[in-house]
Amino acid sequence: MGKSILDRSSSARQGSAGRADANTRADLLVSVYGDDSGELIQDIQSKVEALYGHSIRKTVANALAEFNFTSGRVEVNDRGALPFVIRARLETALRRAGFKGDGLVRRIRGKRPSTKRDRLRRSRLYLPGNEPKFMINAGLHRPDAIILDLEDSVHPLEKDAARLVVRNALAEVDFMGAERMVRINQLPLGFEDLDVIVPESPDLILLPKIESASEVKQVHRRIAKIQKAAEQEKTIWLMPILESALGIENAFGIASATETVVALAMGLEDYTADLGVRKTLEGQESLYARMRLVNAARAAGVQANDSVFSDVGDIAGLSASAHRSRGMGFEGMGCIHPRQIEPIHEAFAPTSNEIERARKICDAFEKAESKGLSVVSLGSRMIDPPVVLRARQLVENARKAGLIH
Amino acid sequence: MGKQRRAEHRLSMMNRMEKEASDTPFAVNKLGRRVPLEVNGIPVVPFKGARGYRPSGVKHGPSIRSSRDYPRSGDKRVPDLTTALKKCGLKDGMVISTHHHLRNGDQVALMALQTAGRMGVKDLVWFPSAAFPCQEPVINLMKKGVVHHIEGSLNGPLGKYCSRGHMRGMGVLRSHGGRWQAIQDGEVKIDIAIIAAPTADPFGNADGSHGPSACGSLGFALADSIYAEYVIIVTDHLVPFPCYPWQIQGNNVDYVVEVESIGDPEKIVSGTTQITKSPDRLLIAEYVARFIRDAGIMKDGFSFQAGAGGIALAFVEYLKEMMRDAGVKARFVRGGSTKYLVDMLEEGLTDYILDGQTFDLVGVESIGSHPNHVATSPFTSYNFHGKGNFASLVDAVVLGATEVDINFNGNVVTHSDGLLLHGIGGWQNCLAGGCTILAVPAFRDRIPVIVDEVTTITGPGELIDVVVCERGIAINPRRKDLLRRLRNSDLPIRPIEEIQKEVRKLLGGKPEKPRISDTPVAVIKWVDGTVIDTVWQVPE
Repeated sequence: MGKSILDRSSSARQGSAGRADANTRADLLVSVYGDDSGELIQDIQSKVEALYGHSIRKTVANALAEFNFTSGRVEVNDRGALPFVIRARLETALRRAGFKGDGLVRRIRGKRPSTKRDRLRRSRLYLPGNEPKFMINAGLHRPDAIILDLEDSVHPLEKDAARLVVRNALAEVDFMGAERMVRINQLPLGFEDLDVIVPESPDLILLPKIESASEVKQVHRRIAKIQKAAEQEKTIWLMPILESALGIENAFGIASATETVVALAMGLEDYTADLGVRKTLEGQESLYARMRLVNAARAAGVQANDSVFSDVGDIAGLSASAHRSRGMGFEGMGCIHPRQIEPIHEAFAPTSNEIERARKICDAFEKAESKGLSVVSLGSRMIDPPVVLRARQLVENARKAGLIH
Repeated sequence: MGKQRRAEHRLSMMNRMEKEASDTPFAVNKLGRRVPLEVNGIPVVPFKGARGYRPSGVKHGPSIRSSRDYPRSGDKRVPDLTTALKKCGLKDGMVISTHHHLRNGDQVALMALQTAGRMGVKDLVWFPSAAFPCQEPVINLMKKGVVHHIEGSLNGPLGKYCSRGHMRGMGVLRSHGGRWQAIQDGEVKIDIAIIAAPTADPFGNADGSHGPSACGSLGFALADSIYAEYVIIVTDHLVPFPCYPWQIQGNNVDYVVEVESIGDPEKIVSGTTQITKSPDRLLIAEYVARFIRDAGIMKDGFSFQAGAGGIALAFVEYLKEMMRDAGVKARFVRGGSTKYLVDMLEEGLTDYILDGQTFDLVGVESIGSHPNHVATSPFTSYNFHGKGNFASLVDAVVLGATEVDINFNGNVVTHSDGLLLHGIGGWQNCLAGGCTILAVPAFRDRIPVIVDEVTTITGPGELIDVVVCERGIAINPRRKDLLRRLRNSDLPIRPIEEIQKEVRKLLGGKPEKPRISDTPVAVIKWVDGTVIDTVWQVPE
């Protein structure tokens, strides 16, 4: 990465992108040096030369033609990158060098309908936006959602590069049924992210460090504008992340800012920093914020999602934390490693006892209804309407999680 | 003397071979692979199917010796390696063998070959049980003419040297069991075996599980000690007679040489072996364990084999938990022993560890102290030309591969670009097990692992039952029993062609055919000594 940053500052007709250290995998380094010599020199090296050398040369040639790069030098050092990555890096390098052309993206997945508003969002797996190697197999681990992250996991000087990798991944990588989320940067930088990624129809946008409803509305308007230009109609959901004391105070307004908000998420690292307290395993310091978030989400009719558990090695700790989360009313958590997905799914799944009891309640309600009774009872206990509602929701969630058929 | 004639004969054969390399006759073997009929001047038999070849004749033996020629005191020490080699009659063209239990920490093999070089001999054949990156300087000895060629696993730089066509003779790759078979059958006649011993006595009894350079079992050196014409023990930890246990028996040993150090302990065994953190590999490991459980293999008294590779270690951790949950105990596990197998032994999840080589410190301590942690050799475990071997008694084996094809043929020696980069180890021998599982990623970066046709067939598809990758589990259609048993499983059981197609699409279409010449640089032997495939020169 270091090299590309240095190169970029030196001249407008030079640009590089990606990386190719000894231990780089599934990525490449592209450097272009435009000049007026009229000569085009290509130095293309690849770890997979024997298998895909021709294909790589063709991809490079097409990119140069698209960007009218006809004179100068192109260097490619490929470490086994997949085609969507090669095109993203070529485009980044060419744009950084000041060349213009259409995006090098292949839309091979066709039209994608919106995801369901209330689908299960127990686990959302963070994938750093500038690290294509983690994206390729992410769907195999069966998270409810993946997040292509443009914010904290991407170096400030690599935002443009990450955007193109994320755009191409949205268009070309099969995430195997996981909801395709993108976390954009804080506004106004986030608007530039939207311009690049919205045409590739992500399912949901995560908005970091949201403190007011108006920010959500601005994002909503920007998405509508981009979609109109691209003649797209798909509903793209929003999940604002509350990461500050002010954000928490405005939780309800944020949750009900637009029709497209489907969930609120808690961001604990920044929240505890804002409060000036230490983040603990038990999370007493954020108890109020989390309860407030859950309450606001419920009030606005959206899901409440918890923060991440940052110790990847501590699966028992993660499991305990996820159980506490569910107990507080959260419906899911963020994951920073695929091995966290299963324990989270287990923790957020209703137990077999809970399912059994909920089904009995639903049955009793239906029976009472068919008999025209206004009072529902199960055994010797009276069942109030909210209990029935909760039972139905639990059965529905268990069905979505595949626990009952 | 016999051995001198033999060395001369071999030299003339090798010279002839070099002159007539272009005239080497070829045949197409049962797997459709073109293989030479002569290797380094010696006729060879093309592969005839996994169990298709029947050997004949009697075993090879070194010349008969008499105690009258050895000191009554039992003290066979000589001052240094040069003296020992001189007393063994070191000559041009001899076959020098070493073992690889000291792995990348070994100093003895190089010491021996370099000493021979200083003594002025030429054209030696180095016959290691495996080579390691620390032995890269053998390339210099080949350039100087001291070493003519290597018969043994060719890893990393040595493999590349051979692949590029720089080695004068042809490489011959054998499995651990195949090496025993070749020695026993007289295919390779070792002139001088040089055995690095972590502990030894002046009589030549030797043991691997004690001493500053302890490495665990010494099983790979056993055949050399029995069948070589001369045997030299090199040790850095001499104890008074008796050195017990004596996996290598002094009655086979000619000379004992004491040196400062036989190896770098840090590189002989790792302090700790680490389980992979790669989520994809962990997923593969989990699938493997669940497969073994759901196929009904995991039951009381069962057995399995696990290496020290990332996936193999991780699958043991998953299986262990499943065994605990089900209250199931194994009769024995075969390794590649590590802390993870030792934990099973200590916890009572297995009655025995049958140990072929010991990978970490916990393993070394255990083999040296636990009565049910047993050192084995390629004879007991793997030799196909014996009255059976343990490999076929193992219920499940988990192995890796560089490639596997849609006919379930496996490759462990070359990469997709044709370069020879790995040895066979016990891989071929383990294929005799009850259920053989290749646990591999479906692709590595942009290199497909599941392919149309493997670059080099190391193991025939008829012996490979299951391929487990992160994108699913493919069962060999021959194993109808496994397909039946897994019919209602929630594991992702898929046809291998389907996984291959999916990966091909992901990687950007059908890969090109690598440029490979039609000059053979090495052959791959099957466990019965027949030639299963050829490695061809790869242009620079």
